[in-house]
Amino acid sequence: MPSALDSNPSRYSGVAIALHWLLALMIVGAFGVGVYMHELPMSPTRLKLYNWHKWAGVTFLALSALRLLWRLAHKPPADVPMPAWQAAAAHATHGLLYVLFFAVPLIGWAYSSAAGYPIVWFGVLPLPDFVPVDKALAEAIKPWHERAAIAMALLVLLHVAGAIKHQFIERDGLIDRMRPARG
Amino acid sequence: MSRIALTLFLALLGAAAAPALAQKLVPAQSEIAFVIKQMGVPVEGKFKKFDAQITLDPRKPQDGKVAFTIDTGSAGFGSPETDAEVPKAAWFNAPKFPQASFQSSAIKGLGAGKFEVSGKLAIKGQTRDVVVPVQVTQAGTNANTAATASGSFTIKRLDFKIGDGEWADTSMVANDVQVKFKLALTGMAPL
Repeated sequence: MPSALDSNPSRYSGVAIALHWLLALMIVGAFGVGVYMHELPMSPTRLKLYNWHKWAGVTFLALSALRLLWRLAHKPPADVPMPAWQAAAAHATHGLLYVLFFAVPLIGWAYSSAAGYPIVWFGVLPLPDFVPVDKALAEAIKPWHERAAIAMALLVLLHVAGAIKHQFIERDGLIDRMRPARG
Repeated sequence: MSRIALTLFLALLGAAAAPALAQKLVPAQSEIAFVIKQMGVPVEGKFKKFDAQITLDPRKPQDGKVAFTIDTGSAGFGSPETDAEVPKAAWFNAPKFPQASFQSSAIKGLGAGKFEVSGKLAIKGQTRDVVVPVQVTQAGTNANTAATASGSFTIKRLDFKIGDGEWADTSMVANDVQVKFKLALTGMAPL
């Protein structure tokens, strides 16, 4: 139970751990679908994937907002001992990832709106357009969704590489702080 | 003989009367659009090419006639990847059915510039009866000032086999399609 984990100051809180892994799965899924879908010829499958991708993106955005608020209200565990530059690099990666958690879905949302396809969340809740319908604007926005998503993917890889290094080279138990359940 | 004379007379009368009654469409200021819903998302498309023959005296709407021809190949949503799909066989099949048409059978005046135009809508070789509410507004009372006829009505796309085969699934693309029009007309008698 998260409440039991909360009492352990050496670990992230249960909510933080749950959101970390859920959003990690969503990044992998939405990124994979995004890369795959834009190459597809027009078909019901393409349309479905685009809508699922947008629904996932908006869900990701909402959960990221929740995650950021939670993170601001709850102290993370202290850094494990490591050289200062590594700690700085880890914090910078986390900070940039948080920026992209918002930038990637928001740019995608803006592109969809500008292209004339307002997002209807899960096919039920129409979301507002925060940019006007403008095909030229849509074309200008489009590459930035891709660039930001690729930047996020590279940072995720860096983040994972760091975690693997801590686990198998330093063997300092860093991953335990984010492990879903006690080992 | 008198029959021929009468026909001739009526034809002449018609020819003389027609220029006074027929309205001219101003295509640049007119618009025929349609809104489809794909997985709940409303997406608007437009027909770029259409023509209309309209003869409507607002005071005698029952004698009026409205006919439309719309180039199905001119339909699009404004993005290249979707516009390429629209003329294909599953959708409008524009090479085989290049035009959609509407022909009125009855026009009812409802007052205050409101009319109800009943007629036959033919798209992709399928014909259905439709009733189209029309609101006419005029800038002035002079027949030379432009009148605007606008309205919207809903059709079932599958009645016309629009979005056939793999696209027939209405959970993907809703069956209801809203057709919206705004037509600028010159030469209409005052309301």
